[in-house]
Amino acid sequence: MGEKKTVYSICGMCSVRCPIVAEVENGRVRWLSGNPNDAGMGTALCAKGIAGRALLDDTERPLSPMIRDGERGSGKWRTVSWDEALDYVADKLKAIIDQYGGRAVLLSDRGGPFGEYRKAFLKAIGSPNYCNHDVTCAVSVNHASLSLFGFGRKTLNYDYKNAKHIVLYGRNILESIKIKTTRAVINALDRGAKLTYIDPRYSVTAAKATRWWKIRPGTDYALNLALIHIIIKEGLYDKAFVSRWVEGFEHLAKFVEQYTPEWAEEETGIPAQEMYLFCREIAQDAPHVIFHPGWMRARYKQAFWESRTSYILNILMGAIEVPGGLFFMKGPGDAGKKGLNSIGENLPKVEEKRADGAGWKYPHINKGPGLLHRAFEAIKTGDPYPIKAYFVHRHDPLTGLPDPEAQVEIFKNLDLIVVVDVNWSETSKYADVILPECTYLERSDLIANQKGLKPGFRIRTAAIDLQYDTKPGWWIYIELAKRLGKGEHFPYETIEDLWNKQLEGTGITVEQIQEKGFITLVDEPIWYDRMNSLPFKTESGKIEIINKKWEDAGIPCLKPYESPEEPPKGKFRLLFGRCAWQTHAMWMNNPALHPYLKENVLWINKKVAEGMGLKDGDKVVVSNGNYKKEMRIFATDLIHPEAVFMLHGFGRTVPQQTRAYNRGVADQRLEIGLLDVYDPAGGANALCECFIDVKPAR
Amino acid sequence: MAKYYIYHDPTRCIGCLACEVSCMDWKALPYGESNCRIFRFGPEALFGEPDLTFMYTSCFHCEKPLCVEACPSGALAKRDGDGVVIFREDLCIGCRACITACPWGIPQWNESVGKIHKCDYCADRIDQGLEPACVTRCPVDALKFVKVEEASQLKRMRWLRDTFGRQVAPAAKY
Repeated sequence: MGEKKTVYSICGMCSVRCPIVAEVENGRVRWLSGNPNDAGMGTALCAKGIAGRALLDDTERPLSPMIRDGERGSGKWRTVSWDEALDYVADKLKAIIDQYGGRAVLLSDRGGPFGEYRKAFLKAIGSPNYCNHDVTCAVSVNHASLSLFGFGRKTLNYDYKNAKHIVLYGRNILESIKIKTTRAVINALDRGAKLTYIDPRYSVTAAKATRWWKIRPGTDYALNLALIHIIIKEGLYDKAFVSRWVEGFEHLAKFVEQYTPEWAEEETGIPAQEMYLFCREIAQDAPHVIFHPGWMRARYKQAFWESRTSYILNILMGAIEVPGGLFFMKGPGDAGKKGLNSIGENLPKVEEKRADGAGWKYPHINKGPGLLHRAFEAIKTGDPYPIKAYFVHRHDPLTGLPDPEAQVEIFKNLDLIVVVDVNWSETSKYADVILPECTYLERSDLIANQKGLKPGFRIRTAAIDLQYDTKPGWWIYIELAKRLGKGEHFPYETIEDLWNKQLEGTGITVEQIQEKGFITLVDEPIWYDRMNSLPFKTESGKIEIINKKWEDAGIPCLKPYESPEEPPKGKFRLLFGRCAWQTHAMWMNNPALHPYLKENVLWINKKVAEGMGLKDGDKVVVSNGNYKKEMRIFATDLIHPEAVFMLHGFGRTVPQQTRAYNRGVADQRLEIGLLDVYDPAGGANALCECFIDVKPAR
Repeated sequence: MAKYYIYHDPTRCIGCLACEVSCMDWKALPYGESNCRIFRFGPEALFGEPDLTFMYTSCFHCEKPLCVEACPSGALAKRDGDGVVIFREDLCIGCRACITACPWGIPQWNESVGKIHKCDYCADRIDQGLEPACVTRCPVDALKFVKVEEASQLKRMRWLRDTFGRQVAPAAKY
């Protein structure tokens, strides 16, 4: 028997970051499972999480720093030491900062609870240009929340476990899984809760739903307007809650008068009669109901209004700060406790305007995550000022954002592209320098806040030592800051130094958090008094149907509905999604996950396929612009005839990933021209505003 | 006497493949191989009704295991006590007789070693008081490691639950 230890940590196989436990023997991870100290998690772990062990053994990853040794994108690399790589990056950055200022540096990542050091690094060098991936995720949902409540989407969470009726708009909650959420939903359904699932395509979530509405793609907003119409007309809303908290209800009531269920039936394909039945049914279960405002809702130009009306439906049901509805996430302050300290010492405030226009050119857009597609526009045009260096931290814009061909063209204006990643991302192919990060099992990260009904802190602790010549992200950026003469802001050598700084004055020790992997600051859940003291952050302190910030920017909060364009003959609206064993296109090449799905298929309506002389399993050519590829079809009645669907993340172009290389079709490469197509009110890319050609092969 | 059974609840199962990957991972099987398998019916519209259902299959650990009778090398054996049909890879000669004998197609071929692989309920884990790897990590508790008589009871309760739309419990236990 070798030396054994148990490490409670946080998974890193997707952005959900579930609590896990690692059993370690002789310095090897022997077993991974959910962290049983968390009752909502138990020992559950998804296929991706389990494949974390295969990740450790996968050598088809960048395993030491590399500097480009040929043309950008040539795939020629020189393996170098960390000193050489960091010196190289620092020298390049110094030259760029000297000539263009710190603002010429852009960084994008996938957000998350451990990224404070990256924002601090940008601050230290004087750049306001931090962006996360949210333009291809929830940024429009975030703005919908801001426009109603004055706070972002993460302030409200969903109590699925106690819900009586859950309504999901394409939120494929049983395949795009967050383990604790998925368990809570399945438990609720087992207990008798209803699930209404709205999606042009049938999914596992549709299979478990009490009601599946095969909606015409892009018409969620029409459906919501009609539902609000019925609920107001029939007086099914929570009058006490609405009169206490809603400002501008009369505008809403007047606005939806024109949007009758009979009109929406034409638009959505959902029978008006079913809408009436649904509204009467869900009002019976109010306020223990959830209309999910959307997670990855970066699909249509009306995303902001789709999401906003979903929030409004929750508000009308009174489903705010109530069990089985939406609840406020509480922080250490709500528990009367001190929160974590910031790690940056005396960081200067960055006064510079953002290159993407967030907060000034687009005053309604939140400055936090910004708009990456507009930052790309700034790289392209040099307006409002040149962007010359781009740090891509465990993010893959060439996969996540549309039209990689156009992006690569834009990147030609950059003097320096640095990729920090665990994997060969599609973007890493075009990097000048790759600084490989170690895996989450070899990495300790900053202590993270854990907001919720019982607020606390959680921690990712390295289970094993570094296996290759890779480093944790926090170390990489602190080393770079030191080389740029900004070390005074980061007086740290080890993760323990950072942890101690974060916990100073909290009365809590690292060991206390590590004992279970997390610590809660209270014993009982904290609920606000929902009729007297809900902390809305709007000017009025209430929920605002009409928000001045958007109206002043020329964007109506109650926007007249616009019908989505119908696809021209022979073309289809391209929809995309995920399955439970892949995520964010990160693990297509993972040796344990790859065998399960080597190539994606194209879902197409059976009758439409028959009309084209195609049957299930036949090959077609899908194309748009210069991108053209063959794939097999799955012909089914269970998708709307206007749409085709494929799983995201295939068609990889990095040859080092031998398993995934060139297998399947890359949906984002079919999204030609979509880099500049976005929801003006919420900022998200409109990834489904795209028609592609589908023709029989041969 | 066989004591255990892995009960699969198709109403809860989301077909996420965690059980298969969990088995591969714990049993150190080649990537993509697993002792248990999830199959699906659908997605398809049956008489206009959309359907997608997942089924779990693994060894039943028969009272009278035909694979054991067919095995000429003693690699397959029914364990005393809990009746688990165990498999010893070191004794397997790769003759495939068990593949022919088993009516359920449970023994599967492990190409990388030229031998079969088969579920043993993670005997090493259950001997430590743990549950099989597939059950332990199932994200939605669709798998339960139970005594056989509990499995048949669970199945009956599942039928009642799905028929009447409410949770049921044995009448006397409250």
